[in-house]
This record gives sequence, structure tokens and C-alpha cells, in this order.
Amino acid sequence: MFLALLLQEMSLAIMGAGIGAGLVAIGAGLGIGKIGASAMEGMARQPEASGKIQGAMLIIAALIEVAALFGLVICLLIALA
Amino acid sequence: MIVFLNTLSQFRSRFLCVLLIVFSAFGALAQAAENQETDSHANADHKEFKPSEVILHHVLDDHIWHFWDGHYGTLYLPVIVYSSEKGFDVFSSRNFYNDHHEVVPYNGYKLDHNHIYLADSGKAVFDLSITKNVAMLFINAALLLFIFLGVAKAYRQNTGKAPKGIQSFIEPIILFVRDEVVKPNIGHHYEKYMPYLLTLFFFILFGNILGLLPGAANLTGNIAVTMTLAVITFIITNVNGNKSYWSHIFWTPGVPLPLRIVILPVEIVGIFTKPISLMIRLFVAITAGHIVILSLISLTFIFGSIYVGVASSVVVLFINLIEILVAAIQAYVFTLFTALYIGMSTAEDHH
Repeated sequence: MFLALLLQEMSLAIMGAGIGAGLVAIGAGLGIGKIGASAMEGMARQPEASGKIQGAMLIIAALIEVAALFGLVICLLIALA
Repeated sequence: MIVFLNTLSQFRSRFLCVLLIVFSAFGALAQAAENQETDSHANADHKEFKPSEVILHHVLDDHIWHFWDGHYGTLYLPVIVYSSEKGFDVFSSRNFYNDHHEVVPYNGYKLDHNHIYLADSGKAVFDLSITKNVAMLFINAALLLFIFLGVAKAYRQNTGKAPKGIQSFIEPIILFVRDEVVKPNIGHHYEKYMPYLLTLFFFILFGNILGLLPGAANLTGNIAVTMTLAVITFIITNVNGNKSYWSHIFWTPGVPLPLRIVILPVEIVGIFTKPISLMIRLFVAITAGHIVILSLISLTFIFGSIYVGVASSVVVLFINLIEILVAAIQAYVFTLFTALYIGMSTAEDHH
């Protein structure tokens, strides 16, 4: 019975890791989507500045993606160990 | 760039683009082939394919460098350990593996999950071995020296003339780092910090891109390497901090006294969180990228189907191209934040 309880805790942890990975993807998608939306709007208002806006957008997307990947790595560590 | 395309014929530039894509595809498929070797070896031992083991084995550091399964496919790197009981010991890591590729203890040392312990007491030893990441670091340093000594020689010979060869490839990148990253953030006296920031940028850039090649080690995805870079940045920002920087931390001007006592621990922690965020950002970006690529390749072996294999190879090729972009962006972001922190710590007081 103790083994069954232990297995249930392990499976709960792995389920938590799975849900966490999904939430991380939602967070990254929302953040990068907002950046992309305002970048599109800025480029539509002022097409001359589109080069600079595109450069800044890529860098900020990389920063948000790093935060998302950080959560992903934690979920992976929970699921694999 | 336009001159470049006019001097080469259109055919040659298109050929070079195709060559680049073929090499990227080769990289992805070679990684898949390497995993397939592991899979057939595991099938010979009647073990199932465990993707978590394969992925972690490819991402973490190791005392051997495994290129392909076979007699000559593994490079056994030297082990250099020091302990107070047994003193200094140097031997090849070949001694840790017997003929069946199992780990055996040797000469009073045992290898447990790639860490070396004393065989009888189980204590850790001071491990200075040339591991896979250290060898990769030497390769990266040799590549940096080779390219930049050539560029420096070209500058000495071509003073006053137009740049040629490798100099014309590196010069726009150096000018980009100087004009977009260093000068706006540090202001005057920026020449003092240019050598460190240029070295940082190219070390991280080359380290990231070398890590994407097939059979390479995950250099900048090792938290010890990024911790070293963050510590050097920490030392440079705080040694060069001027009076206004330290007074802003310990005795924040313009706020009432009780708030200053509250802000003080927050600011002291803030001195340390800046380099820690640099360290974690680079480590996570590169390691997570490698884990994503390896997971997609492992999908083929989990399903065991050729259609999944073809689809996953195409997706892995696309993600490899994204990873090259991430490699450049992470080098730029690390250098940008370092320049920002140095600029903040050496800024003149504007009040």
C-alpha cells in the first residue's frame, strides 16, 4: 500500500511537470504574441522604422523565450528525475 | 554586400546557399545517425530506448568523447585528479571502461554518474580532468586565436587600404558591436572595455555555433562556463564602479530614511542577481535548444517508424536553423547586458 502511495505521488509530480510545460508554452506564446502585435502595428504606422522595429522585436522575443525555456527545463528535470 | 554579390557570379552565390542548407541537413541527419547507432547497440543488449538517458547524456559533460559506436569511435580523454589521500593522479579514462563498455573502478577511483569518487571511502576528489567540455573550450579558444590573429595581421599589413579576406568578414561584426552595443551604453571611456566585450561576444558566438555541429560538446550550455563569464562581468562592473554607483546602492538619494533601510538589502541582492541572470539566460537558452532538437530526433526511435523519421528530420532541420539564430541573439544579448551593467556602474552622476 505504501508502494501504491509512493507511485501515486510520483505520477502526480510527473503530471504536474506536464501541466507546467503546457503553461510555460502558453506564457511564451502570449508574451511573444503581444510583442509581435505591437511590432506589426508600429511597422504599419511608420514603414521607414521597420528595420529597427524588427531588430528590437527579435531580441525581446529571445528574452521572453529564455524565460519560457527556463520553466521548460525545470519541468523536464521533474519529469526525468 | 551588393559589391559582394556582383563580384561573385549569381551561380556561385546560389551554390553557396545550397551548400549551407546541405551542411545543415547533414548536421541534423548525422545526429540522427549517431542516435541510431546507440539504438542498435541498445537493441543488441535487449534494452529499450530510453530517450531521457540519451538526451541527458548528450547535454551533460563526460570524461570520454563518443563520436560513433565502434572500436575507434570514442576518444578517451585524460583524467587528472587530486586528493589528499592519494595525491596527484593522471591516467586515461580508458581505464574506467572494460571490454563490455561497463564502468569499472580503477586504481582506487570509481566513476559514478560521470563524477569521480574514491573507491573505498566514496569521498569526492578534486577533478581537474580534460573532459569533453574542456576539450571543446580549447578548440573554441584555438579557433578564436586563429581567426583573430589573422585579422590583426591583416590590419597591420593593410593600414589605409580596403579590407580583404577574413578581415572584411569580421570587420562589420566588430563595428556592429562597437557602435550598437558598446558606445551607446558605456559612453566615453568605452575603449577600455572593448577588448573584454569583443572577446565575450565572439567567444559566446563561436561556442554556441560549435555546439550545434554534429558530435560536438555543449560548451556554452554548461553552467560552469556561463558562471565563469558572469563572474568576470561581476568583477569588472564592481571594480570599476564609481562613487555615484556605490552611493546609489548603499544610500539611495532622494528617498526618506526608513525606505532607505528597506531598499538596502534589495539593492545588495540586486548586485548579485544581475550576473546570475546573465549566467542562467545563456545556459538555459543553449541547453534547452539542444534538448528540443534531441527530443525531436528521439521521437523517431520512440515510434520506430520511417515516416515519423522523415517528418522529424525536416522539423529538426528547421529548428537547427532557428538555433543558429538563437546562438547569435544570445551572444548579442549577453554582450548587450554586460555593456549595460558596465555603463550603469561607470556612469557620471547626472543630477
